[in-house]
Amino acid sequence: MNNLENKNTDTEGINGSQLKDSGFSNLKFLIVGIFFGIVFVKAEIISWFRIQEMFQLQSFFMYGVIGSAVVVGIISIWLIKKFDIKTIQGEKIEIQPKTFNKGQIYGGLLFGFGWAITGACPGPLFAQIGTGATVIVVTLISAILGTWVYGFFKDKLPH
Amino acid sequence: MSNEIPFLNILYNYVSMCLKTTPNNKKMSLLEIIKEPWPWYVSGPLIGLTVPILLIIGNKSFGISSSLRHICAACIPANISFFKYDWKKESWNLFFVFGIFLGGIIATYFLANPNPVEITTKLSEQLATYGITDHSGLLPKELFSWESLFTLRGFIMIVVGGFLVGFGTRYAGGCTSGHAIMGISNLQWPSFVATICFMIGGFIMANLILPYILSL
Repeated sequence: MNNLENKNTDTEGINGSQLKDSGFSNLKFLIVGIFFGIVFVKAEIISWFRIQEMFQLQSFFMYGVIGSAVVVGIISIWLIKKFDIKTIQGEKIEIQPKTFNKGQIYGGLLFGFGWAITGACPGPLFAQIGTGATVIVVTLISAILGTWVYGFFKDKLPH
Repeated sequence: MSNEIPFLNILYNYVSMCLKTTPNNKKMSLLEIIKEPWPWYVSGPLIGLTVPILLIIGNKSFGISSSLRHICAACIPANISFFKYDWKKESWNLFFVFGIFLGGIIATYFLANPNPVEITTKLSEQLATYGITDHSGLLPKELFSWESLFTLRGFIMIVVGGFLVGFGTRYAGGCTSGHAIMGISNLQWPSFVATICFMIGGFIMANLILPYILSL
């Protein structure tokens, strides 16, 4: 039923909606993105220094951010399921389950390396460029290239 | 950061954030408070709220690295089956990441913290040994700048690092948002495995390999 589902088990960021988003209805995602980008910068989550402190166990800060985000997320999804909350368009909320494959281990380790080097996951890359660190455009292009190379070799890699 | 003993400090920090006073006991305006760096117990829950917001406004599962895949599908599909899908149906994700970029601009130009980024003394001493002393921005300029790009150290940090982020997240099927936040929130054990691997990779890199890269 879902667009990305047939292609493989990689369903991150999946669109559970069967409705077509028009350009206008996409604006609400732009607004949530703006809010999110502001939080990223103001919490200094996109700071390379914060990520180094996290991986060197020098500060509790990032653990607090991720941990409290997960707690709020768990409670939210539990509430959505318990009360069968619908979307504003009246659709049933669908969340695709994640299926395990070894990519989560190999890819996870490789991403961990990249995260500690760049101090950024994909989301913060966009915010870092917004803060004026224009050279991060190169990091972003390189990340897009990395994604492409993965797609190219996907069937040859252990999963 | 003064958050090493979190639970003793939360209440104190929360109250002082709400009633923040300057040294001469003048109350800070709301804008001045917003301009301060936000503590984890404010920003973490706000990030967590993105999960239900995206689900409720459009049945979308939170995940950011998939935007990189959509960009590939839109620009360079090259007949690779992994990139052959209707990316336009997923364009909400591209609006979302463009919003993050705009949010970065707004936060920097209208809500900027006037002070340099506070970092632990230990980290600043460590970095000084590699000639990294500029803490004025969120990223050290000695590593992430156009001049640095053309040095071996800068190339590894900017280009190789970026490649690993893009390749690794897709191989893992998600990043911090898709696995660590969305996946664990939905109690998916594969996401928990992925998150543990992100952290192991980060610990190995930051503690065992990065020191060699930084001394290049």
